[in-house]
Amino acid sequence: MLDLLRRPRTRSQARAALILLAVLLALLPFLTEAALGRSWVRVLDFALLYVILALGLNIVVGYAGLLDLGYVAFYALGAYLYAWLASPHFGLHLPFWAVLPLGAALAGVFGVLLGAPTLRLRGDYLAIVTLGFGEIIRIFMNNLNAPVNITNGPQGINLIDPVHVAGLSFGKTQQVLGLTLSSAHFYYYLFLAFTLATIFIAYRLQDSRIGRAWVAIREDEVAAAAMGIDTRNVKLLAFAMGALFGGLAGGLFAAFQGFISPESFNLWESILILCMIVLGGMGHIPGVILGALLLTVLPEALRYLGDWQRLVLGEVLVEPTDLRMLLFGAALVLMMIYRPEGLIPSRQRKREFHAEDGVLEQEQASLYDTRT
Amino acid sequence: MLTVVGVSKRFGGITALQEVSLEVRAGEIYGLIGPNGAGKTTLFNCMTGLYGVSSGEILLAGERVHNQKPHRIVQRGFARTFQNIRLFANMSALDNVRVGRHVRTRAGVLGAVLRDRRTRAEEADNRRRAQALLDFVGLGNKARTLAGHLAYGEQRRLEIARALATEPRLLALDEPVAGMNPAERQQMRELFLRLRSQGLTLLLIEHDVKLVMGLCDRVAVLDYGRKIAEGSPSEVRQNPAVIAAYLGGDAA
Repeated sequence: MLDLLRRPRTRSQARAALILLAVLLALLPFLTEAALGRSWVRVLDFALLYVILALGLNIVVGYAGLLDLGYVAFYALGAYLYAWLASPHFGLHLPFWAVLPLGAALAGVFGVLLGAPTLRLRGDYLAIVTLGFGEIIRIFMNNLNAPVNITNGPQGINLIDPVHVAGLSFGKTQQVLGLTLSSAHFYYYLFLAFTLATIFIAYRLQDSRIGRAWVAIREDEVAAAAMGIDTRNVKLLAFAMGALFGGLAGGLFAAFQGFISPESFNLWESILILCMIVLGGMGHIPGVILGALLLTVLPEALRYLGDWQRLVLGEVLVEPTDLRMLLFGAALVLMMIYRPEGLIPSRQRKREFHAEDGVLEQEQASLYDTRT
Repeated sequence: MLTVVGVSKRFGGITALQEVSLEVRAGEIYGLIGPNGAGKTTLFNCMTGLYGVSSGEILLAGERVHNQKPHRIVQRGFARTFQNIRLFANMSALDNVRVGRHVRTRAGVLGAVLRDRRTRAEEADNRRRAQALLDFVGLGNKARTLAGHLAYGEQRRLEIARALATEPRLLALDEPVAGMNPAERQQMRELFLRLRSQGLTLLLIEHDVKLVMGLCDRVAVLDYGRKIAEGSPSEVRQNPAVIAAYLGGDAA
């Protein structure tokens, strides 16, 4: 079906594929619940959340080529802002439609704050500084419980308000139009709406004056500056736009979980999101979406390895959690060897990795010729 | 058009430019020549904002442009090309030129997301102008080709089209015919003359003395970071200091 979407032969075929996809997305939580149980609907929710995160980071890393290893900090900021403004912690209970934009905006501002001192840095150096930034935010959240209790420290903030729409709380299971919808179902549709909006914005940005400026900076920063691009502002804009989606996802996460703590925002999360982009195909929206879906769904699926071992071998020889990391690592290594451009790369990216293959082979061949 | 007054540039203890002064007049083709390492490209980089100057000043139509950000200088109508071609290799030829239009367009994030009427009009205009520029430099049928896949001479011309997209008054070309065969050189020469006939002022760094002498209205010669001669090509050719610089030692 993906194939049909990518290469629609006629207009009506494309429309048919689109309708099919819409119906599938609408029914997905019910199908999933029927086939795999309710816990998998939650997995779906997380998958959508990670699609938003990955598309946000993709603006910074994929478009503008700025390696950001502290992306989770923006996720944390969005989540904490939501928790502060909609939980008993400060006694504030603002509605989600007011808090989510605030969280996104706060994250965007921090994106600029992080971006400003790192403008002169490139590649590895930028990665180290952003990594530090991510850790600073997490450690702040961990320690800002004294003298004034702002974040409640490592215990985190509990009882965060769920999203309310038209008197309907997304926090508990309810009957709507004769259907029994669990909290996970409600959030699925909410996240789906935000995910689709994110995809739309990502596409629009990509094919715009700003998007071209980002790619130009990635390709050659000096040439971009000499062609009249204000590299400072355009880079800061990339940081801010990426952070915005991080903050948005953070708010959604806080509302969905009802509980957040600094534990949820460690370095591993940043790396995971980056892996999604790299795995799927950096800078290419369908690839990034696929990467995000795979890396949220596969680790969950691997949990079944424990049950399977108990069933077949009578005992759990290898802890599934250990195995998950092992397989995850192996998959990444294999990717880097056989498909460094990602699973569904943009044509452009593919060329960046393979354009010189022919030449390289010849050069290597002649190199070995002279050696023997 | 462009006035350089006593510009010096030092990198640590090395003086790359020493008290260089020159003036490019509106509508002329001004040549900058000199042996390798004379400081021509350094001067270019100072003019276009890639380097700051250590002392002295550079004025574009009376406005100070030294120690300014490159994009500000482009905005004022001073564009350049690079000696070692610096295209956005993985973008199409058309997109390369469209990036050049960045400074003359305004659409921001909101425009990009909403695609309102103004943004759509701007994008359409941008595309049309970019295509016209590709046609102008003779790459009209290569719009969709990746910049990195173009032949060498075509890449040089694409760089000029991209620089022209910024709507410059003054275009600085760093060795635009280096590595070209005589037929391509002739094409480029005609392109430069066409540009001048459209009212553009050209500043040319070039090693090809024949091209410079035949094309430029006035020429400055740099050697070891100093200007050793300036004037019409025939004057410069007879200048003993220039002959010494090119032939070495006491040949004069």
